[in-house]
Amino acid sequence: MIEVKNIQKQFGDKTVIEDVSASMETGRCNLIIGASGSGKTVLMKCMVGLLKPDRGEVYYNGTDFTNMDAAQKTQIRKEIGMLFQGSALFDSLNVEQNIMFPLNMFTQDSFTTKLKRVNAVLERVNLAGVNKKFPAELSGGMKKRVALARAVVLNPKYLFCDEPNSGLDPQTSLVIDKLIRELTVEYNITTVINTHDMNSVMEIGDYILYMYQGKKEWEGTRKDIIFSKNQLLNDFIFASDFLKDAKDMRMLEETGKIPNERNMDELTRP
Amino acid sequence: MSLLSDIGRFLLMLKGMFKRPENGKMYWREFMHQCNEIGFGSLGIVAIISVFIGAVSTIQTAYQLVSPLIPISTIAQIVRDTVILEFAPTLVCIVLAGVAGSRIASELGNMRVSEQIDALEIMGINTKAYLILPKIAAALLMIPLLVIIAMVLGIWGGRLAGTAAGIIPANLFDKGLTSEFMPYNVFFALTKSYAFAFIISSIPAFFGYFVRGGALEIGRASTKAVVVSCILILFADYILSALLL
Repeated sequence: MIEVKNIQKQFGDKTVIEDVSASMETGRCNLIIGASGSGKTVLMKCMVGLLKPDRGEVYYNGTDFTNMDAAQKTQIRKEIGMLFQGSALFDSLNVEQNIMFPLNMFTQDSFTTKLKRVNAVLERVNLAGVNKKFPAELSGGMKKRVALARAVVLNPKYLFCDEPNSGLDPQTSLVIDKLIRELTVEYNITTVINTHDMNSVMEIGDYILYMYQGKKEWEGTRKDIIFSKNQLLNDFIFASDFLKDAKDMRMLEETGKIPNERNMDELTRP
Repeated sequence: MSLLSDIGRFLLMLKGMFKRPENGKMYWREFMHQCNEIGFGSLGIVAIISVFIGAVSTIQTAYQLVSPLIPISTIAQIVRDTVILEFAPTLVCIVLAGVAGSRIASELGNMRVSEQIDALEIMGINTKAYLILPKIAAALLMIPLLVIIAMVLGIWGGRLAGTAAGIIPANLFDKGLTSEFMPYNVFFALTKSYAFAFIISSIPAFFGYFVRGGALEIGRASTKAVVVSCILILFADYILSALLL
């Protein structure tokens, strides 16, 4: 479980995050959503320690991460996996070497054991057999899946995904979302996802934190979104007429006024 | 103010490198990789430059030594001392600042911009120690070796040009090479090469590691790294010459 308490971050005179608190539970996909520049990436960077918040704390399973020394932070970081927006694969290493990198750095296992683990996670992300390819030879979706495989290769307790669907087509985005959700449940990970992809919100958002101009504007589940009266949230999520209609339709389904022929929860749960 | 804060950040970067490695074997592998990149990667250009510098030195020295009172073997002495004292360490290191320095800056800059450094940090790896220390250590090992190779090739190039152009016979060149040879000159050249190696690796690492922005900024950082390295090499050359000669 990850808790953030009263996080504040400023760059110069500009307050990028203002007094944000949230609680993100284990085994669930916790989404931070918001428009570009709303502070969601900065919040995530504060959570993983890439940025130091000016005020507030981040707790990992009740332990204050913000005020730890470097050595203690390193211990927590070994339990964190992160999927970056641009995948952040090491260009000079092939897929196998990329995924094996954390194993080489932090385990004393034999090469055969490590290779077995690499192949297992590659198979898990449906990329078996691409071991010797270099990142430059992979498509955007494949890079994301390799990065996801690298992020989970050490069985992390916490998984952070920064814009996992950016630059991907809707179908590949769904594959990535499904994969993240499955891994979250399978390994019982606390997953935090930064996104402004509305499909992700409606498909995998167990807990959703909506940021607006650096502040927490709304929080709830994906079901709550359907009934939310928050104007800013509705304008952000259901921006087009098509999405507004979809929301109305979903509301009617949820309230039983029309038959719910495609139960969202059952479709998306692994 | 910016200069002072940059110096402060540079010193903190150096301090940050000296932490216990997460896995010594991985650091050793990275060190060997950097030795290969900096040493063997620059060997070709160093060899070409050295041979031609030696050759040109011989021809130009012969052109200026018009007095019949000066023995012809003096050409070899002048070429030897010029190559050892100045051309091999300074000129080669200025070229290396362009070859190895720009590579270090752009490699780290690209890693920073594409979040690869962040990815390493998240894994719990001390990126200053893992990415910068092996580069500086490899430069400190390989650049003096390259300078020694440059000395040998420079003198050989001078001998080759002298005999080929009929300026000085090989036996007289060899005689000149051994007369009044001061081993201290080699010590001085190696001292310079260690100082330059540190500059060539640490300055570009600093500019690359702290780059912000995109591809344009990586290019700017790389150029800036080479320019600052070259200026510092020339400055260090002057200071060391004044102190040690």
